[in-house]
Amino acid sequence: MKKILTSLALIGLVAAGTGAIAAEEAHNAAAPTHFPINEPKEMSWSFTGPFGTYDKAQLQRGLKVYKEVCSACHSMNLVAFRTLSDLGYSDAQIKTLSAEYTIHDGPNDAGDMFDRPGKPSDHFPAPFANEEAAAASNGGAAPPDMSLLAKARGVERGFPQFVFDIFTQYAQGGPDYIHSLLTGYDQTPPAGMVIPEGTHYNPYFMSGVSLKMPKPLSDGQVTYDDGSPQTIDQYSRDVSAFLMWAAEPHMEDRKKTGFRVLVFLLLFGALVYLTKRKVWEGVAH
Amino acid sequence: MSEGHSTYTPKTGLGRWFDARMPLPRLVYDSFVAYPVPRNLNYAWTFGGILSIMLVAQILTGIVLAMHYTADTNLAFGSVEKIMRDVNSGWLLRYLHSNGASFFFVAVYIHIFRGLYYGSYKAPRELLWILGCIIYLLMMATGFMGYVLPWGQMSFWGATVITGFFSAIPLVGDWIQQLLLGGFAVDNPTLNRFFSLHYLLPFMIAGVVVLHVWALHVVGQSNPTGIEVKSKTDTVAFTPYATIKDAFGMIVFLFVFAYFVFYLPNYLGHPDNYTVANPLKTPAHIVPEWYFLPFYAILRAITFNVGPINSKLGGVLCMFGAIAMLFLVPWLDTSKVRSAVYRPWYKLFFWLFVVDAILLGWLGSQPAEGSYVFMAQMATLFYFAFFLIVLPVLGLIETPRRLPNSITEAVLEKNKGGSGHPAGATAAPETKG
Repeated sequence: MKKILTSLALIGLVAAGTGAIAAEEAHNAAAPTHFPINEPKEMSWSFTGPFGTYDKAQLQRGLKVYKEVCSACHSMNLVAFRTLSDLGYSDAQIKTLSAEYTIHDGPNDAGDMFDRPGKPSDHFPAPFANEEAAAASNGGAAPPDMSLLAKARGVERGFPQFVFDIFTQYAQGGPDYIHSLLTGYDQTPPAGMVIPEGTHYNPYFMSGVSLKMPKPLSDGQVTYDDGSPQTIDQYSRDVSAFLMWAAEPHMEDRKKTGFRVLVFLLLFGALVYLTKRKVWEGVAH
Repeated sequence: MSEGHSTYTPKTGLGRWFDARMPLPRLVYDSFVAYPVPRNLNYAWTFGGILSIMLVAQILTGIVLAMHYTADTNLAFGSVEKIMRDVNSGWLLRYLHSNGASFFFVAVYIHIFRGLYYGSYKAPRELLWILGCIIYLLMMATGFMGYVLPWGQMSFWGATVITGFFSAIPLVGDWIQQLLLGGFAVDNPTLNRFFSLHYLLPFMIAGVVVLHVWALHVVGQSNPTGIEVKSKTDTVAFTPYATIKDAFGMIVFLFVFAYFVFYLPNYLGHPDNYTVANPLKTPAHIVPEWYFLPFYAILRAITFNVGPINSKLGGVLCMFGAIAMLFLVPWLDTSKVRSAVYRPWYKLFFWLFVVDAILLGWLGSQPAEGSYVFMAQMATLFYFAFFLIVLPVLGLIETPRRLPNSITEAVLEKNKGGSGHPAGATAAPETKG
């Protein structure tokens, strides 16, 4: 019986594999049908694994990249200045930082809208008045809001990788993807590939051969004061880590709580198991 | 089983006073303390208890989440993010609730497959089984509507696709679809009625669970041998024996659940649901939650017209038919023997069915193109063949193994070294625990 089951399972696997190969064969370099063309590169991040934490210095650098580059087009509507204390900033620093922004507020007592400096309770203001304005200024496609980008992007891992991911706790598909995309420009498309007008080839883009966003980063563009390399690769890593924090600000708390919960369940489970053994002792079952 | 007379004797004056007026303590005592359970139940039987705590956990986390949630298409997505960011432990509540739904289904699938393996649906447990199928249907409706509430891209497009099924029904289809949606497309009225129903249905589930447990306590539990309880030596008292075993099963299950909640909270979800719903932008692949994937694969496997039935209606019929099969199982299975332990051929087909269901699930997550379509069609064919051909025919032609005379005999034989069982290894499922 075991043998029959094993061989049947094998047949199933082979059949599944053949399907995958057939899908692969339809893959033509100049006219790919599956995206992204290249799988995202798996990077090492400080926040992965059961004890992962955010690297505050990295998040601060990432914030700088966001402020000086990304925020020109991308909003981050869900993130409040006050939460930047997670990045290691003091209350006074956050006050100063938020005051650099102008917030459109109102109406006041006279019924007029007015501008005022930002407060820690404000959220990052959007670069465009509305989505239509954002789309109009960016060739017809509004740049996505960045608050949740690190959780809203992720390339399907496929079988059997998605099974292994449970055990390796792979939950960084978003930052891996963002980093690969940002460092994936400047490549020559395969001969014969048609790149639509006004778009930019990037083999890591998950919805086509090219995207509307031009290459956003270049070496030396953002000045770091902690001596970190001022390269596209470093900028991309830092801003990806920052976006992971923006999307999942309570991750450290979550993992810390999780460890305690699992240790508790392990000990409790062991005690209950021993009790169960004692109770059933001498009762054949 | 509960035909036996109640052995509850209140020890205090207050207890006697209560017992004479409303014997609730007696009911609890008879149902959860003195209730006799077969002594040979394995850990597959702990999932009933696990499902009860999952239902309670879902209701409790859900009630608190509803205090912070706003059912309005302009505000829903933001209110969920407010829960994730600003509500105290809101991230924990939401991840418990969203992963809780998944693990509720993990438990219910194990529970259903256990019933199929040990023939728990056979007389006199047909009604017990059907009540279980109704709970499963209600769970599917609840899960589907719950997934719409965060108003992400998959919420919106999943709702569009699934409510679209109803328009395939001849004559009344469009009317039913519009009634479900509260309009011609998924919009604010849809979100509001789904929220209302998502809050209502769990309490209906709880009601049917009461009936399910009631029916269980009338007919008694089945067991790995499938032989009815014949004497007192076949059973042990629910407390402490089943209680402590259930408790251990629950802790192991909660351990796996917690692993996902705390380390992989978004593993079972779809990234697109972290993008706010946009009716003008269709996602590349619309996929439902994982627990619907086998049925989704069956739906999409029907790519051809059969006479007056077009492929869309055919797919919908097959999908609902796949669920309807479960209701018919007590009458489709013609075997006199309950447990697969004594049915070598049924055991083989049962495991093939498990593999088939998993394969269908995987196919449901893949795009419906190329060789995937053919594989889905074959897997769908086997799915229906299992219920409509294997179950009725196998019962008539299969020669079961020799059955022990009683549960006690089976247990004693096994403890002697399993000499009564052919091929010790294949009898493994009933020896666990």
